Order: sequence, then C-alpha cells, then structure tokens
Amino acid sequence: MSARKMSAGATAASVQAHAVGVRQPLIDGVEKVTGRAKYTADLPAAGALVGAILRSPLAHATIRGIDVAAALAIPGVRAVVTGADCDIAYGVIPIAQNEFPLARERVRYRGEPVAAVAAVDAATASAALDAIVLDLEPLPAYFDADAARAPDAVLLHANKPGNVERDVDHVFGDPDAGFAAADLVREQRFHYAEVTHAMMEPNAALAEWDAERGRLTLHSVTQVPYYVHLALARCLALDESRIRVVKPFVGGGFGHRTETLNFEIVAALLARAAGGTVKLGLSREESFLTHRGRPQTDIRMKIGLKRDGTITAIDAEIVQRGGAYAGYGLVTILYAGALLHALYRVPASRYHGVRVYANTPPNGAMRGHGSVDARHAFESLLDRMAGELGLDPFAVRRANLIVPPWRTINDLQVNSCGLGECLDIVERASGWRERRGKLPRGRGLGMACSHYVSGSAKPVHWTGEPHAVVQLKLDFDGAITVLTGASDIGQGSSTLIAQVAAEVLALPLERFRVFANDSVLTPKDNGSYSSRVSFMVGNAAIRAADALKRELVAAAARKLEVAVEDVEANGETYRVRGTDRDLGWKDVVNAALEPSGTLNVKGAWSTPPETQGGRFRGAAVGSSAGFSYAAQVVEVVVDEATGEVRVERVWVAHDCGRAINPLAVEGQVQGSVWMGMGQALGEETGYHDGLHLRANMIDYRIPTIAESPPIETYIVEAPDPNGPFGAKEAGEGALSGFLPALTSAIADATGIALNALPATSERLLAAIVERQRAAKLAAAKAARAGKGP
Amino acid sequence: MAKRILDVTINGTRREDAVADSTLLLDFLREQLGLTGTKRGCDGGECGACTVLIDGEPALACITLAARCDGRHVETIESLAVSGRMSALQAAFHEKLGTQCGFCTPGMIMAAEALLRRDPHPDEAAIREALGGNLCRCTGYVKIIESVQAAAEATR
Repeated sequence: MSARKMSAGATAASVQAHAVGVRQPLIDGVEKVTGRAKYTADLPAAGALVGAILRSPLAHATIRGIDVAAALAIPGVRAVVTGADCDIAYGVIPIAQNEFPLARERVRYRGEPVAAVAAVDAATASAALDAIVLDLEPLPAYFDADAARAPDAVLLHANKPGNVERDVDHVFGDPDAGFAAADLVREQRFHYAEVTHAMMEPNAALAEWDAERGRLTLHSVTQVPYYVHLALARCLALDESRIRVVKPFVGGGFGHRTETLNFEIVAALLARAAGGTVKLGLSREESFLTHRGRPQTDIRMKIGLKRDGTITAIDAEIVQRGGAYAGYGLVTILYAGALLHALYRVPASRYHGVRVYANTPPNGAMRGHGSVDARHAFESLLDRMAGELGLDPFAVRRANLIVPPWRTINDLQVNSCGLGECLDIVERASGWRERRGKLPRGRGLGMACSHYVSGSAKPVHWTGEPHAVVQLKLDFDGAITVLTGASDIGQGSSTLIAQVAAEVLALPLERFRVFANDSVLTPKDNGSYSSRVSFMVGNAAIRAADALKRELVAAAARKLEVAVEDVEANGETYRVRGTDRDLGWKDVVNAALEPSGTLNVKGAWSTPPETQGGRFRGAAVGSSAGFSYAAQVVEVVVDEATGEVRVERVWVAHDCGRAINPLAVEGQVQGSVWMGMGQALGEETGYHDGLHLRANMIDYRIPTIAESPPIETYIVEAPDPNGPFGAKEAGEGALSGFLPALTSAIADATGIALNALPATSERLLAAIVERQRAAKLAAAKAARAGKGP
Repeated sequence: MAKRILDVTINGTRREDAVADSTLLLDFLREQLGLTGTKRGCDGGECGACTVLIDGEPALACITLAARCDGRHVETIESLAVSGRMSALQAAFHEKLGTQCGFCTPGMIMAAEALLRRDPHPDEAAIREALGGNLCRCTGYVKIIESVQAAAEATR
C-alpha cells in the first residue's frame, strides 16, 4: 500500500518547493473527522417547512390530471406545486433542454417527480402526498435501446424520431485502408450494465424565499453551483441577481451532481409558493431514482493490427440507453468516441454512436464520463489480439505509445504523456514477466491502460469568459483569503488551491483561508466536473498569487525606496537584493495597504486555443489542455466452482503531470481504481417494468472494506506545459483501466473471456458451465468420429 | 403519539428528554439535540454512516429507537475530541486521508473506536471485519485501513 513517487524529467519549479509536492492533509479535514462539517441536511433551519416529492408510479403515461385540492386542505400544508407551476424546461446542455422540474403532460420514467408539497412537518407532508390524486393514462414503455428504437415505438420526445437523442458519425483518416493494411482484424460485441454513483450523502436542498425582497437562497449538494444558479433563474423566471447559491460540505458526487437536479428546482418552487424556507431531503431510494449514472451500453468494437502490434484502424459502434431526458447525453455519446483517441497512436477510425431515449431514470455524467465502457471494449479486444499475434499485453501497448507533442486524428492535443513509465512501473512491481501465464489455475494477472481529460477545453456554457477565476484578498490582519467557486466535494480542491497560492508566494499554508462556493462572494466557477479543477483553477490560482506578489514587491520597493527589480521576496521577508535591509510580513502588508486599503487581486485562466479541439460537429467533447495516463495490473483468484472472483491486489501507476498534493493524488487514484472495481465486479441498477430493482445500498452493492484489495499506487510525473506546476488530473483517469485489467486477469485465471459486465459470479459461472458443456459435446463428437460410421 | 421521558447519557452528560416511542435514535440526536455529526446515509441499516456507540458497542442509530437507550450511554463523533483537540483516531484519519468527502467518516471512526477499545492493536483482518458494515464511496478503503493502523500504532 506504500506509494512511491517516480519522477519523469525535470520539474519547472525553480523556487524551493515548500507547499507544492507536500503530502498535505485536507485543509477542511478537521471538520470532517470531528463531525463539525455541515452538510446540507445538517444546516440549522429552525422553523423550516418540510418538502416532499410525489413520484410517478408508471414508467410512461399521459398525465390526464393532478388533483391537489385535498392535499391543500390538510392543516399544516403550506404549498403544493405541480408541473403547472413551471413550464420552462431545463437541462445542462443549452441545446438539449427537455426536462421539467415536475413532469408536465407526460411522465417518462417511474419515479419522475410529478408534484411536491411543503408542510409543517414530515408526517403532514407525507399525508399531503397521499392525498394528491394522479390521473395517468399508461403509454407503451421501453426499457432497452432496441425496443425504444423499434419503428412503431411511441416517441418519448416528439422532436426526436426513432427515440434517438443523438446519432454521431465520425470518420478520421481512412479506416478502410487501415483495415486492409492490417495483419489481423477482429471484431467483438460487448455489453455493459447501467451503474450509478451511489455517493454517500443522499440528496438534499435548503431553499429560502425572501418574499419581501423577492430573493432566493439555495443551499444544495451540488458540484456545479453556477449551473444550478442558471437553472433556478431560468425555471423560476428570476433575474440571476436575485439568487444566491451556496454549496456546503458535499458528501461525494462522482458526476451525479454535475448538472442541476430536479429536486433543487423543486425546493425553490416550494419555498416561493410557501413564502418561506423549505428543507427537502431525499431518501436513499429517491437519490437512486435521481440517478444520472453511466448508461447501459452495447458496443461493437473492431480493431486492425499489424504483426508488431501497431494499430492500423478502429471501427466502433456504441449504443447507450440514455434514459428519459437529455441531460449530458449528447456529451456522453461524443466522449465515448472521442476518447478512443489520445491513449494510443490511432491512424484511422470510424465511430458510430447512438444515444437512445428510454423509460428509465435519466443517465448523465459519471466518473470517467463516456470513456469507461468503450475503454473496456477496446483494451479487451486489443489484449486478445495481442495474444493471437504472440505479443505480450505490455508489448502491444508499447507498440502504440504516443510521443508528445502529438495531435490525434480527431484533433486532440497531447502535450505530455507518461504512459510508457506507468507501464514500466506496474510491469516491474507486479512481477508480470515472472508470473503472467505461470500462476496456478484459478489465479491470474491482467493489465490495461487508460487516460482522461484534465477538464473539457470548451465549457458546457460557452460565454467567452475565462475558464477559471480565483480572487485573493489581503487585509490588515495579514491573512490571505482565497475566494473560489471551485466545488470541493472531497477531492481536496480547496487544499490544492491554497497549496498553489502558498507555493507562488512562498508563504506558509497557515496564512491562507479558502472561502468557496457562495455566489454572493466567490467568483463564478463552472464547477467540479471533467477533472477540470486542479488544472484550470490551479492555473488561475497561480496567476492570482502572482498578481498579489507583484503588489507586495511593489509595496516593499516603495517602502524601501529601491527599484522593484531590487526587491527579493523570500517568504515573509522582502529584502533589498544583496543587502540586509528588509521588511517583515506585517510591514510589507502595511505598505501594500497604504495607498488604497484592502488588497483584492485576481487571476484568470483559459485553455489555449490549440487545445480546444477541431472544427467538426462535436469536436469540443474530448478536447482538453492536458491528458492524464494510467496503467494497472490486477491479480485475481477465481473459484471455478462458484464463479466468484476475488481481487487480490492492484498495482496502478498514474501520470498526473505533477503531484501538487501526493496524498490526495493517491486517494483519488485508489478511489478511481476501486470504483472501477465496483462496476466490474457487481454494480448494476436493473429495472422491472421500469421499477428500480436496487434503489438501496444493499441491493446496489458497492464493495465493502472486507473485499477491497490493497492498491499499490505509483505516481508518475510527466509535467504538462499547460498544467499548474505541470499538474494534470488524478481523479478519473485510472478508473476505466480496472475493468479490462480485471477481465484480462479472469481470462488468465480461467481461459474465459467475458464480453459482458459486471463479472458477477452468476455470469462467470454460466460461462464456465457452458465451456464444460461444450467440451463434453466436443469429446462425445470426437469419440463418435473415432468409431467411424 | 405516546411520549416518555428518556433518561440517557449522551457523550458523558446525563439528561432527560421527552421522546416519542417511535423516535429513532438518529432523529433524536440530529433533530432534538442538534448533534448532526451522526449522518443519515440510507433508508435504514444499509450503510453504517450513523454508527454510534451504545454502552461502548457500535450500533446503527437509524434503526435504533431512542427509547431503547434509556439508562444507557450513547457516544457520538462529537465526543471524541478532548478540549477541542482530535483524538488519536481522528488525527490519523485526518493525516492519512482516511476521509475524503467526509460523509461516512463519523460512522467509520465510531466503528473503529469500538474496535480499538476492544482490541487496541488489531491486525488488518480484524480492521476489515470491524468496518465491514461501514460503506465508503471515495477512498477504496486503502487509506482508511492505514488510518486505523496509524491510530493503533500511536498508542503503542
């Protein structure tokens, strides 16, 4: 479980590092371990009304009527709202807004909110929900992509023929020529179950309506307060200046909270209707129904290889069952194709992606957004083809390594890549060469690679503004307040931003306080998604700290009556170069405040234009200013009598450019690998007639500590010229590699190549039994053939 | 709804409160006493986030009636710090990054606290067994195990 740091090349920092590269416990960690951290449900709200949501009992139906009279008549009920109270559709992608906070005219999935109440207590709210009379007329409902795409299927959305939300056709290079030039071409179909985030904190929102001023304050569990702000303004038809959005401590996200969720708008609608404060806490079951997880996916993957393992072409067809509404759907289906690139050199590709509407809870972004299932299909097929060519799995990856700077055929710009070093490390650490293929039956090793973006180079909401802004405030007390809109949801972004600023100013971390996510005070930030924060907000923090340093140096120069160039900043001492004349921190601060008082500076950062992707439709998705890389080896033990898989150990190396906080990088990489393990081994939602079968933490089985393996974590630093101190993302890239490494290890242990996930014991046992049957059949045939006619 | 006077010691302080027979310990702690360190992560007995100690034994506050705690000692995460300073276990979770989002952390630490009181120097298997009912979605548990080991080491 030890982590070692492997350095690749020289790092850019010339000053003595004292904050960046330090294993820094989280600056808000004390609150978390003492129970003082306030999450949304913990916020004091004396006198608040209790909100509750009525959900559709049918998967697809026309709403003929909703009678709320009886509910409103119950004493203690202060407000009832329905779809009639908001006729403005919302959605995270401006060109795909087709969801209402409360269903209008039609319900499209079982569990969709149709009405909500605010009452004096939970019992009254519950009674009010029971008193609402829904008149629904069932429609045919579709629970998989094929059924929804059938020619006679009822359309979920009138403007989307065939129930296809987005159909992507991308061809880069000449795939036909690539396949023609290949020595080996193989094609395989794969199937992936739908999975979901299952973050530990259930959804909750606290909405306060100031009826006198017509102002709204919302505290919520979001990763994207700015997008929530926009959606509230839109759906409540309020000027944005009348809204305040605050993100308290948030108990994980993993993508669930990267778009505005219905309950956030519902809470606001209730507060306004009731003229007060409404606390809306969702149950675990409701949090599952809010969903936005990784879609059920079918993949046809075709690869062409030269004898030496060089990739000549890829042809992929991916169908995602996207659920009832658009959400991030078009981004997900674009990511699935775009991120087939930038891991290896790919000279030609064809991608056909289809995102399909169905009567299941809407899918959205989940850690490794769009890339995970496609990566499994690609790596698995590559692995098997390497076997056919007599190549080691490591060798086939090495045959296709990117040497930066590299521009992929779909116009992704790769400026740094430490994948080669990642491969070397996990190969050595796992004892691959000595052990692979030589382990006893039932034990196996598998490996795979993965990568991810460090922030989408084009934001979802394109306004032309910088991608990230950080403000610093310095006042009489000598403390520096960092103001940021970046949402720390446990990944440690507030800590990282403070470290970056401390590094630039060469000040102790204790001088900094980070104040985050209150729209009345903190600068706008697009939010915590696509692993953008370390890279983008980190860069903005460097620039803000540089700006403050310039002010301080200038002030010291004025005070010491020397030229700015003659002042040397050394932590809390500003000295005239080559002399012993200096100013201590207090004096420098006083000098800096003298001309106009409190200092406020800011830093902003945007992705360089050459990293923002190509010019074709959908080109923005997948483009990033920096790509992370990871390689991992998984060791499994398979019980062939039961089909049960136990993961014994994982070795993972992740190239994060520069580990600003190695402790947090390890935590992120381990969490990613482990989340990949959950999906690979057993997580699966599942519906019966649209009814969620596993909307609790027991049936939706995330791994417990009992079966979670040691994860040997290695940090590789291939600094990126665009990254803050060379840093790239660390929170997603290692996830997708686990799935193919696992199935490759299962194949090594048992000879069985799984083409569907999760690798439950049922699924694996069925494959084992099928193989035994086939072997018996073959033996019988051979025996008959031996006897002759 | 029938109420009774509950005579219970919470974090070392004995108190009497009127509680309904149906009140869950979790709601009593969070809503009546304002001890929000104990978290609700599920709909009942699924995740371990609400783990507290009752007479020193770990228990799930979300499926325990407050009335069942009559005459007993209940300890929550708020009780561990001494004069505002973190306990060895809390310090270890902080320093070793046994906490990321922090939502499972109070329950995780209380379950670990019960373990270390029973077995001050547990081996890894004992840690895995004792925390088997506490789910975490962030860490992959690697650093949670390291945290408990570090806390145990600190008392050697």
